[in-house]
Amino acid sequence: MARQSLLDRIALLGRSGLNIVQAMGRSLIFLWHVLIGRGGAGAGMHLLIKQLYSVGVLSLAIIIVSGLFIGMVLALQGYSILVDFGSEQAVGQMVALTLLRELGPVVTALLFAGRAGSALTAEIGNMKSTEQLSSLEMIGVDPLKYIIAPRLWAGFISMPLLAAIFSVVGIWGGAMVAVDWLGVYEGSYWGNMTNSVDFYDDVLNGVIKSVVFAFVVTWVAVFQGYDCEPTSEGISRATTRTVVYASLAVLGLDFILTALMFGDF
Amino acid sequence: MSVDDAFAVALKGVTFQRGSRKIFDNVSISFPRGKVTGVMGPSGCGKTTLLRLMAAQLKPEKGEVWVNGQNLPTLSRSDLFDMRKQFGVLFQSGALFTDLNVFENVAFPLRVHTELPDEMIRDIVLMKLQAVGLRGAIDLMPDELSGGMKRRVALARAIALDPEILLYDEPFVGQDPIAKGVLVRLIRLLNDALGITSVVVSHDLAETASISDYLYVVGDGQVLGQGSPDELMNSDNPRIRQFMQGIPDGPVPFHFDAPDYRDDLLGGR
Repeated sequence: MARQSLLDRIALLGRSGLNIVQAMGRSLIFLWHVLIGRGGAGAGMHLLIKQLYSVGVLSLAIIIVSGLFIGMVLALQGYSILVDFGSEQAVGQMVALTLLRELGPVVTALLFAGRAGSALTAEIGNMKSTEQLSSLEMIGVDPLKYIIAPRLWAGFISMPLLAAIFSVVGIWGGAMVAVDWLGVYEGSYWGNMTNSVDFYDDVLNGVIKSVVFAFVVTWVAVFQGYDCEPTSEGISRATTRTVVYASLAVLGLDFILTALMFGDF
Repeated sequence: MSVDDAFAVALKGVTFQRGSRKIFDNVSISFPRGKVTGVMGPSGCGKTTLLRLMAAQLKPEKGEVWVNGQNLPTLSRSDLFDMRKQFGVLFQSGALFTDLNVFENVAFPLRVHTELPDEMIRDIVLMKLQAVGLRGAIDLMPDELSGGMKRRVALARAIALDPEILLYDEPFVGQDPIAKGVLVRLIRLLNDALGITSVVVSHDLAETASISDYLYVVGDGQVLGQGSPDELMNSDNPRIRQFMQGIPDGPVPFHFDAPDYRDDLLGGR
């Protein structure tokens, strides 16, 4: 009996492994059809603009508010540590580097996965369960081009911009706390920052990170919606998977990218 | 090899399975051009699967699906989308686009597949909506329509491009008697007026039999019987008779497979 149970467990493990490989294969074929399939880019421009609004513009509020508070907290924590060493003038440099290199791209991606990613999955899953995707196919319109592609591109375009806004607002929030509240000299805050932040090493690497995260988060979100089981429970599970997979992918990729960009090897 | 001109759609030796369960096993069905053909059978027998095979939304493991001289399983993804312009499909749920109003739903196929000016699109949409009796609902959103109205709008959208073949997936499910009557009338009327080929997949016996020129009864992965509605009503085949007369127990058992009832009751003690 115990042996049977062990065999069952091994079989279950193998089946789970196969399912994961199958899902990865499906997601790659899906991505191939979305990016390479037929359909003119011009025809989809109005769809892209509509999605840029719902994916990007409607995410602005949460990004701005989060960026502001995270910048303020960073300045507060940075000041309380640096003041012990008499280096509180470096707080601007610390806030800017932390936001541009790490927190801007990573926190934006996590917030984006929670707000826009889950909404994308739920919307596409609902279209699938109400046969709207099938209906498009039968009208002779490829849903991958008409529904998925504009959403994928909208996420890909808007997230790096949101990450930039997040960092800018965060730096401004940091200045409010450090300069206006804690009394750090304004010239030191901005001067140390401009002297130490390098465009290629810090700003560009941050942008590269946010572009990679944008692609991965939006891909996960649209694929989970398209591939979900077309029931209420299936949509709910797919939405959860989007947030979990996208968040884990962002954190894992962040380590790899940081090691490649800033690792000393 | 091409399909006989008398048939708009023909499935030849089609086998399709989900997991280990065979939905169709070497099935051949042909749909005569210009006629209304009904496909009937108990729930879960694969009627909707049959429609999806005909529209190439599913690919058979074996066999050929011929539509107007093209064998669908051999077509590329791009050719399939072109071929589907010959089809109109009325889905069970209507499948209207929820972010578009009635007018835009019906106009959608015209906007994506034609270069017609807006005035002409408007006229065509009005004509299609007039045909289904919903010209007055032109500005309503899908969530403002009743179930029957949704299906009629979906029907107007399905005929927007004047398709050659119209597929109906359970058109009468969940409809009140008036809405059923309206749909029965519309299916027959559109078929005769437009000269199209209609395939009605349904388990609503009376309605489907009343409009069909020819009927298939499917079950257990096979075609159990075919013929005119009268021929099937008088069939000697016990399975067909059970279905056509709505007998609760017979070759299709009332009880799902289960252990012996007495043993099951006593086994718990």
